[in-house]
Amino acid sequence: MSTTTATPVLQARGLSRQFGSVRALNNVDFEVYPGEVTALIGDNGAGKSTLVKALSGNLAVDEGEILFDGKPIDMSNPQVASSLGIETVYQDLALAPHLDPVQNMYLGREIRRPGLAGALGFMKTKDMAKASRAAFDELGATVRSLTSPVGEMSGGQRQAIAIARAVHWASRVVFLDEPTAALGVRQTKNVLETIRRVRDKGIAVVFISHSMPHVIDVSDRIQVLRLGTRVANINAKDTSMEELVGLMTGAVTKDDQK
Amino acid sequence: MSTTTPPTETVAIGTFDDNQRVNPVRRILRTQAFQILLVLLAIIIVFSIIAPESFAQWTNFRLIIQNASILAVLAVGMTYVIITAGIDLSVGSVLVFSGVVSALVMRALGGEGWGVATIGIVVAVLSGICWGLLNGFLIAKAKIPPLIVTLGSLGMALGLAQILTGGVDIRDVPTVLTVSIGYGNVFGSVPIISVIALVVVVIGAIVLHYTRFGLYTLAVGSSEIAARRVGVKVDAQLIKIYTISGALAGLGGILSLSQFSTTAIAGQSQTNLNVIAAVVIGGTSLFGGVGTIMGTVVGLFIPAVLQNGFVITGVQPFWQQVAVGAVLIAAVYVDQVRRSAAMRGNTQSLWRKFVSGGRRG
Repeated sequence: MSTTTATPVLQARGLSRQFGSVRALNNVDFEVYPGEVTALIGDNGAGKSTLVKALSGNLAVDEGEILFDGKPIDMSNPQVASSLGIETVYQDLALAPHLDPVQNMYLGREIRRPGLAGALGFMKTKDMAKASRAAFDELGATVRSLTSPVGEMSGGQRQAIAIARAVHWASRVVFLDEPTAALGVRQTKNVLETIRRVRDKGIAVVFISHSMPHVIDVSDRIQVLRLGTRVANINAKDTSMEELVGLMTGAVTKDDQK
Repeated sequence: MSTTTPPTETVAIGTFDDNQRVNPVRRILRTQAFQILLVLLAIIIVFSIIAPESFAQWTNFRLIIQNASILAVLAVGMTYVIITAGIDLSVGSVLVFSGVVSALVMRALGGEGWGVATIGIVVAVLSGICWGLLNGFLIAKAKIPPLIVTLGSLGMALGLAQILTGGVDIRDVPTVLTVSIGYGNVFGSVPIISVIALVVVVIGAIVLHYTRFGLYTLAVGSSEIAARRVGVKVDAQLIKIYTISGALAGLGGILSLSQFSTTAIAGQSQTNLNVIAAVVIGGTSLFGGVGTIMGTVVGLFIPAVLQNGFVITGVQPFWQQVAVGAVLIAAVYVDQVRRSAAMRGNTQSLWRKFVSGGRRG
């Protein structure tokens, strides 16, 4: 799956961000390639979430640049990321609990009816339901009911909806921030399966996780952050759990290999 | 898929549980708006049996509907506000302020015709919009809690209305308004004021349940952060909603002026609480994200019918306040139980909860 010679779809160069006296990101480089699962790992406070926020337009950086398809872009707000086909599944999922799966799927991107009705804000509810059903089925995420509020659904179901939403709208990059943290064994297996399917569609997946077995299982490339700096960028086939833990804690050091 | 694991755990991604599909009819039956409608119908039936000659007459129902019309207009705006987990205490005062400003403008212009009345209507609605914009801006942009902002504007609007009039009610209202909106009828005996309220209610319901604006209102109330992350302009949505509430209070001002031929400055001190009670009885959650206009209308008629029924059956009408208070507390309790049941992912019925003493059954 390694396509190291290709241009990264998303690339960070020398990103730095200071919060008071804490340097959350310290001259970080990061690349994401199309059709690859890139794991982003690191201990708590290593800067993983900060980096994802910066790359998804939710946080301004002090220094450094972000390139999309090799061209520098101004990732100043989440709408920029969305318009480029970059979607993020946050740890808290960010679903509206009282809305149903279809409403959550299309929130902010509703399909309007044509003409005057559309101008007044009337929507193509049936079309949205149909497309949502198709999107859930494509991921093998059979959502129980398209009309029940998502707040009444299980954690696994909600996770499935959040991932399906991100994948539905992402044409280039999906960030998954700890997608398996709250899940049981079987749901986790399904999420990992989903990640592979998304990758096979040619979309770049960035997978953030504390679970080393999952990381090694699903990733093509692993990038390790420590104290706001990338300490390793390695092929998932050439590493071991021990090495990754060592890199994260600083017990092992490795040259930044491309 | 495996049937050996307990049902709650088989709801994994990729499994399909047919038993959990909810029949749409059952969904409607489970909504608070429908249950409260049954309560209203029960009240109507009881009074109709006790007093068939006086209560169960069209002229009496017409009176109840006419008296509830102004509150219905305010309650539509309040439903939107409460769905966002906000509150608007200022509606009664804004109604008075708008009526006063409108009456002053119409008196200054003089005349009894539709020209001056139209200007009066526009002035009243614009006054309401100004207060709504102020409320919305302070809540959305200055991040002051809605309770405080609207408590402040409640006092300011009422105070300014009294300053403008010197505390003396204005009784010069163009005749065209009093004979049409005030006590005019269409289709024989349908009050025009109620037709206006019905139009507001229907538009309010369609916008809330079928348009993007309504969806965003529910989304903002359900999870502000979820709405923000997908690019919903939350601040703008809140400002619009408080502005609508203000505009409807302004419209209520001109309706009140037409109905009572006076600015009735002291007559609206309970209006905000009555409107909030109606919205909450109707199943709109004070915690946001849930609500229907239909429920609000039913919630409005419960106090109205109780009051009317008590008067007719010779019960001291003060009992209405006691009864409405009890219904209000019961409605919020039902909402709480529902919310905590939903949090547990558990759809057990209230009935079962009561008979099993709160244990899962």
